[in-house]
Amino acid sequence: MKKFSKILSVALASAMIIGLCACGSSTAPTTAADSSSDTAAVADTATDTATDTAADTAADTAADTAAAPAGDVIKVGVVNNPPSESGYREANVKDMEAVFSADNGYELKTYYSLKNDEQLQAAQGFITEGVDYLLISAAETTGWDEVLKKAQEAGIKVYLFDRMIDVDESLYEAAVVSDMAKEGETAVNWLLSQNLDTYNVIHIQGAMGSDAQIGRTGALDEQFASGKMNKVVQQTATWDEAEAKKIVESVINSGESFNVIYAENDGMAKGAVAALDDAGITHGVDGDVIVMGFDCNKWALRELKAGAWNYDGQCSPFQAQIISDLIKSGSAPSSKKIINEEKGFDATTITDADIDTYGLGE
Amino acid sequence: MQEDCLLELRGIDKLFPGVLALDNVDFTLRKGEIHALMGENGAGKSTLIKILTGVYPMDAGSVKVEGKPVHINSPQDAQNNGISTVYQEITLCPNLTVAENMFIGRDNRHWVKQKDYEKRAEEILQNLQIPARARQQLGNCSLAVQQMVAIARAVDMNCKVLILDEPTSSLDDKEVQMLFTMMRDLKSRGVGIIFVTHFLEQVYEVSDRITVLRNGELVGEYLTEELPQVQLVAKMMGKELEELNELSDSEEHTASDKEVFYEAEGLSSSEALPFNFSIKKGEVNGFTGLLGSGRSESVRAIFGADKVGGGTVKIKGKNVRINKPIDAMKNGIGYLAEDRKRDGIIADLSVRENIILALQVMNGFFKPISRSESEAFADEYIKALKIKTASRETPVGSLSGGNQQKVILARWLLTHPDYLILDEPTRGIDVGTKLEIQKLVLKLAEEDVSVTFISSEIEEMLRTCSRLIVMRDRHIVGELKGSDLNQAKVMKTIAGGEA
Amino acid sequence: MNNMFKKLIKGGMGQLAIPLIAIALLVIFNLIRDPGFFFVGISHNNDGNIVLQGNLISIINGASELAVLAMGMTLVTAACGGQDISVGAAAAIAGSVLVKTLKSGPQITGGKVLLAFILACIVAMIFGSFNGTLVAVFKIQPMIATLILYTCGRSIAYWINGGATPTVSSPIISAIGSFIPGIPVPTPVLIVILMAIIFKLIFRFTSLELFTQSVGINGSAARLNGINSTFIKLLSFIILGVCVAVAGTIGVSRLGLINHETLLLDIEMDAILAVAIGGNSLGGGKFKISGSIIGAYVIQMLTITLYAMKVSSTDVKAYKALVIILLVVIGSPVFKDRFNKFVNRMRGDKKGISEKGAAKA
Repeated sequence: MKKFSKILSVALASAMIIGLCACGSSTAPTTAADSSSDTAAVADTATDTATDTAADTAADTAADTAAAPAGDVIKVGVVNNPPSESGYREANVKDMEAVFSADNGYELKTYYSLKNDEQLQAAQGFITEGVDYLLISAAETTGWDEVLKKAQEAGIKVYLFDRMIDVDESLYEAAVVSDMAKEGETAVNWLLSQNLDTYNVIHIQGAMGSDAQIGRTGALDEQFASGKMNKVVQQTATWDEAEAKKIVESVINSGESFNVIYAENDGMAKGAVAALDDAGITHGVDGDVIVMGFDCNKWALRELKAGAWNYDGQCSPFQAQIISDLIKSGSAPSSKKIINEEKGFDATTITDADIDTYGLGE
Repeated sequence: MQEDCLLELRGIDKLFPGVLALDNVDFTLRKGEIHALMGENGAGKSTLIKILTGVYPMDAGSVKVEGKPVHINSPQDAQNNGISTVYQEITLCPNLTVAENMFIGRDNRHWVKQKDYEKRAEEILQNLQIPARARQQLGNCSLAVQQMVAIARAVDMNCKVLILDEPTSSLDDKEVQMLFTMMRDLKSRGVGIIFVTHFLEQVYEVSDRITVLRNGELVGEYLTEELPQVQLVAKMMGKELEELNELSDSEEHTASDKEVFYEAEGLSSSEALPFNFSIKKGEVNGFTGLLGSGRSESVRAIFGADKVGGGTVKIKGKNVRINKPIDAMKNGIGYLAEDRKRDGIIADLSVRENIILALQVMNGFFKPISRSESEAFADEYIKALKIKTASRETPVGSLSGGNQQKVILARWLLTHPDYLILDEPTRGIDVGTKLEIQKLVLKLAEEDVSVTFISSEIEEMLRTCSRLIVMRDRHIVGELKGSDLNQAKVMKTIAGGEA
Repeated sequence: MNNMFKKLIKGGMGQLAIPLIAIALLVIFNLIRDPGFFFVGISHNNDGNIVLQGNLISIINGASELAVLAMGMTLVTAACGGQDISVGAAAAIAGSVLVKTLKSGPQITGGKVLLAFILACIVAMIFGSFNGTLVAVFKIQPMIATLILYTCGRSIAYWINGGATPTVSSPIISAIGSFIPGIPVPTPVLIVILMAIIFKLIFRFTSLELFTQSVGINGSAARLNGINSTFIKLLSFIILGVCVAVAGTIGVSRLGLINHETLLLDIEMDAILAVAIGGNSLGGGKFKISGSIIGAYVIQMLTITLYAMKVSSTDVKAYKALVIILLVVIGSPVFKDRFNKFVNRMRGDKKGISEKGAAKA
């Protein structure tokens, strides 16, 4: 037995070291040129989706850039959160790597961290290395003044994406962000368009205080306040599927009636649906309960397509093409804040093409 | 009420679940006297002291200090009333320095400078001739020195009442004399000392008065010079006195014609220097020597308790490897460790579970002893060894020291060992139980079990052992048997005369 | 009644007194609040199976993962005198392995589910022995040792499946996570019962209980009695690993989805609490698995009660903390001691004396 435990301990210790090495490599800055062939393959497919996304806003220029890579390589440094943060972030990172590829005439340097100070250091590093453009999705909204001023002095243009930072507008070229409040409004407008006699809503919220939660809750709260919709229960499941299920279960057990589930992400919607299934309550198209989710995961859109859900709102992670277009056009945008267009999908109108184009994951 | 009364306890009751530990006990301590508190284990000495020091609340009775009624609800209260204690088990912090241990928690002056109290500690240590440095980590000192630091701490606290609970059990003679000097000095300054010990000689050497407890009740208070030693023992034990005499007259046990059971050559461990040793079937031998002479370390090496160094071991003539306790157990060796609390009892487990533990380990992980079987074993040994316990499911930690020791003995007897090593089996337990254990050892020898018996009381070893191995400075310096087995010869060998 | 209560507090029921009293209080509170709270109904689910339904079912069903983890946590606590705080993260890893295996190849068959579960078990056991090695061999404090996996576990889970929330849908998975056709009791509840029986059998047919307690109470003495304490500690972590795999499997199967960030999030704290509420000393030593299981149900009943009262789930944690403080304080030796004294004073000294007499005899 003792021998066994000794061997085991050696094996585990070595496994730990390997693990740590792996950890190290994922956080260290890497350049796109170094990246292996399989990431390049992913990049190809992602480029298509990204191009489609931006089709509405800048179809012409997109075609130009793809056709004619510039003679000089444009150096871009991206400071982002790590892809492990969420499915959203994973798609976001892939999109960045795909758009700012060598094929498109870029040299990409990336740094991923959840920690603001590490991000700040990396940005500093990129400035010293002499990138042309600095793209930032900051972990925290504060502390960026100094670094951005330095970038300005060095003649480096800064774009913010996905998240805003608390600095003077003059310090960056533009910020490409999602409007979470608008996502909520789109969803609530869709719900109103269903013309139900009564709206008895179970509202499952995300982690309280997060941008997505505040945005997606706002529009619905207005409806509750105006009395158009009844709040059966409003609870946060902190993005946790299992918690969402418990919340809905508890409402079912209490015997209160409801006909809408408004979950602020796909996972929680799935949790809610599981509770309905266990209780024998029908849902989706032709069902007793309308199910609404957000984020447009591929699997969620398939549920939508199958009619098990009714609505899924997009939160687009595809900002790279918009920034790329701005860089290549060379002109300053009309507004510093550029809102990334986002859709909402209805179970009755969604197509397989939509799932391929807009679905996240897999 | 006399005028020189320092401490008066009247009608003290203390009830533990299922046991009445103290029943209407009175106790009086006068200024400038050393008062021995005597009794067998379980007589209530420790309980009385813990009440006096605020560890346990009392269920009935009153306490007066210098004629004033006081309520002692916490150790802090006791200290504020000038009552200081040194317990049997050392209750200091081994990872702090000697100086820190002497001053920690003593007063509210948190701002006392480290240098100041280290200087003060150094003075005290020198004054009391304690071989330790103020900045030394306490855990690195020997057990004896730790004990002395604990006493120094109490002495320095300007106490009126000093309680010494078995202070000498881990001290050698020289250290005991130092302690007695210290006690007499304090006495001359008007401090009242309550002295709890099992060593009768020490009681007669130093104490003025004796109070005897038995089974939680007061037997009486006597002036030491008016109470002969034999009578004291009689008062503590009642009728068992005759048996004691009987045993001391019993024949010496010899096993010269028997086969050798265990033989070690050049055996060493991380703690013990290489030594040779053998024991025959049915033989009782002893290891003796001063504290730190290596007697415990040597027997631990036999059992594989410490990391084994080298040497060859033969059991019944066959070579075996004993690297860890389980190897020794499988070869029929049992070991009752010196420190009962640390290495012996599993305090929270029941008497039953403690008894079957070693046998269960030998049976193996996948062959548990069934409940009914284990109950039968427990009942058998509770009866055979007269273990005083409320039931076989009582946690062993709530038993008195002597009964805990019996439980551990039962544990090893249940494995039916061929060779049993008993390291200080009689330390800190009452005279009656000591006697029982000695008798048991002789009975085992009759059944051809080899026994190694270690005790700090040489007299006890002379009574039971047919051969004594004497150690000094981690080496075997002599082997005594037959006519050499007398106190004078043993002392001489230990002290380093021509062996 | 008074007598029974006293018996509960003093002995007899021993350490189970506190969790049982807690359950009783919660039941009484709920019955006063809503007499129909514990009503168990029968209905059909969307797959057409007859199923039991109601708050009671939600409680015992919802507590399943917690109960399974609490069983393993009890063992680790007892042997090592510390807790494994990585169980949630490890469950996310085990769940990810399960999903990864299920998603390899086109079809999900019974055999594949079994294989996936066994793989999840093996992986969880390896991570368990990693923790166990740090604790038992390198003598690192359990909380510190498991902090490593607690911190990086969910990242490892991410590497296995990627960032999105992969889903698996199969009748077999939903049978594990919700109902087996024809059996109206939720399957997770059956799994808890099965695990409890397995533990009972392990204790019956091995010396695990005695050895674990010995190691936990007095490691030095256990060693001198021939117990390999390193092995016992390691074993407790490996057994916890199996519990982690089971809990992860239940968690994934409930929705057929793995979200490595939220699967069994913060469950380590609830598991440790379940052990504590169950009357087990967090310092190790004596233990009762049944206490921890009841502890898990106490926590879940509390959560469901608060949900039923429409307490905002952001506030639920605070209320839970309040109740748990109360339980832990009531369970503390100091409180028990004072309570006993209070009871004795209420009954007067006379009885105390007669008790003394009895003890003497």
